[in-house]
Amino acid sequence: MCGIVGLFLKDASLEPKLGAMLADMLVTMTDRGPDSAGIAIYSGAGEGRAKLTVQSAHPGRDFANLDADLKDAIGTPVLMLIKDTHAVLEVPVAQLEAARSALTHLRPEVKVMSAGEGIEIFKEVGLPKDVAARFGIAKMGGTHGIGHTRMATESAVTTMGAHPFSTGNDQCLVHNGSLSNHNGVRRELKRLGMTFETENDTEVGAAFISHKLQSGDTLGHALEATLTDLDGFFTFVVGTKNGFGVVRDPIACKPAVMAETDQYVAFGSEYRALVNLPGIETARIWEPEPATVYFWER
Amino acid sequence: MQTFDLSKDGLRALNSSLHALKGQTNMTAWEVINPKGAHAIAAGVDAPVEITVRGSTGYYCAGMNKQASIFIKGSAGPGVAENMMSGKVVIDGDASQYAGATGRGGLLVIKGNASSRCGISMKGIEIVVHGNIGHMSCFMAQSGSVVVLGDAGEALGDSLYEARLFVRGKVKSLGADCIEKEMRPEHYALLEDLLRRGEADHKAKPEQFRRYGSARKLYNFNIDNAAAY
Repeated sequence: MCGIVGLFLKDASLEPKLGAMLADMLVTMTDRGPDSAGIAIYSGAGEGRAKLTVQSAHPGRDFANLDADLKDAIGTPVLMLIKDTHAVLEVPVAQLEAARSALTHLRPEVKVMSAGEGIEIFKEVGLPKDVAARFGIAKMGGTHGIGHTRMATESAVTTMGAHPFSTGNDQCLVHNGSLSNHNGVRRELKRLGMTFETENDTEVGAAFISHKLQSGDTLGHALEATLTDLDGFFTFVVGTKNGFGVVRDPIACKPAVMAETDQYVAFGSEYRALVNLPGIETARIWEPEPATVYFWER
Repeated sequence: MQTFDLSKDGLRALNSSLHALKGQTNMTAWEVINPKGAHAIAAGVDAPVEITVRGSTGYYCAGMNKQASIFIKGSAGPGVAENMMSGKVVIDGDASQYAGATGRGGLLVIKGNASSRCGISMKGIEIVVHGNIGHMSCFMAQSGSVVVLGDAGEALGDSLYEARLFVRGKVKSLGADCIEKEMRPEHYALLEDLLRRGEADHKAKPEQFRRYGSARKLYNFNIDNAAAY
């Protein structure tokens, strides 16, 4: 199984409530994936700042003085916000890659969950309600976000095996299903210079799309390419700096429901995930067609 | 009228109340409010009652239904009326994948669209869809009838046995061993009856439909194909 939720806001007045709405949708999908949960929230893109969201198994040790150490390494002040096992490090956009590379020397055991102007990813093992509470997701604002509750099939139940997977700046992907040709695609992507953190099939799907985007493809083309090059079952929801996209494999066993109003576009593995959204009674509700790419961008 | 608020009383209480109705009962009208996409609403009912669900349902609503008439005033999630034995299920909105799967009897009416695998492995159920049906519908359908006022997706009726399929719109493609067949007088009569009972007689006429059925080439092992296995 696995549960997916996504929310893209059109009405800026809802932005302060994005985290609360997404967390509620995510917790409703607990039955579909109680192993681990994760959420990607986009906010503040285009303001000249960038964020590096990092995770550590030993946050007390690894996050102590991390902002000061990074400042010494890159020469500009770093704003650090610690949330449980994760920390969000804010730097000027131009210093993002320098900060990321300094981090690998300063704190070799720290894992980068996401990097980019808007994206922040929080994910951990545990029930979705506990994961959402640990990171204070309900208090977060933003423009759009996606979330995932995991019932593991293809790799171990670990923090790094949880979704969303991010394989490019401001990009992330969540997946319901399982890919059968991920080893072959991973080998090919490695040859093309992509790097991988796990043996997970979904990470390959994410890297496949990131590689297409890096090569100059549009999000629409990148999503269409998954239909020919990836084998297996999938409903993907992909987040980018400006929006999100949805694609289902041609067999479309993995469920998906979408809702759209003047205020938002929402995605849920089941209708249950959408029932508390404002105006859902009069929303346009539909099931995305198989082998059809949908995306919304601002 | 018994009104049941799912958000207050819970699914198990609803279904155990409905299961306790055996055969004849005086409690013939039920209303379920706040379904909010819950799973298995009114599954396994075996009594001649009328149940109205005011909203959209999740997986397996009205599954295994016997005798009851169940009205969904919204859309239905995957597996609605799965393995229905008798009675009637009417959905005002759309139905998700495998609506009416393996159904042995009764009538399923979907006033919107049905998605993939509608009527898969059906064994006697009658299904009337006012809109379109998705890909792989009626896969290995054994008996019963399906009427589609709109279009059918890819691979309609793949590996079909003796179910009768009537489609008014376009069929994207036929599955293996499914062919178009001639409409004979008995088929017009059957369609007329199904359209009336499926509340679609004001929308369509029997002569607008084409009939699809089994070519019966997959019924027996063909020795010429031995090399393919």
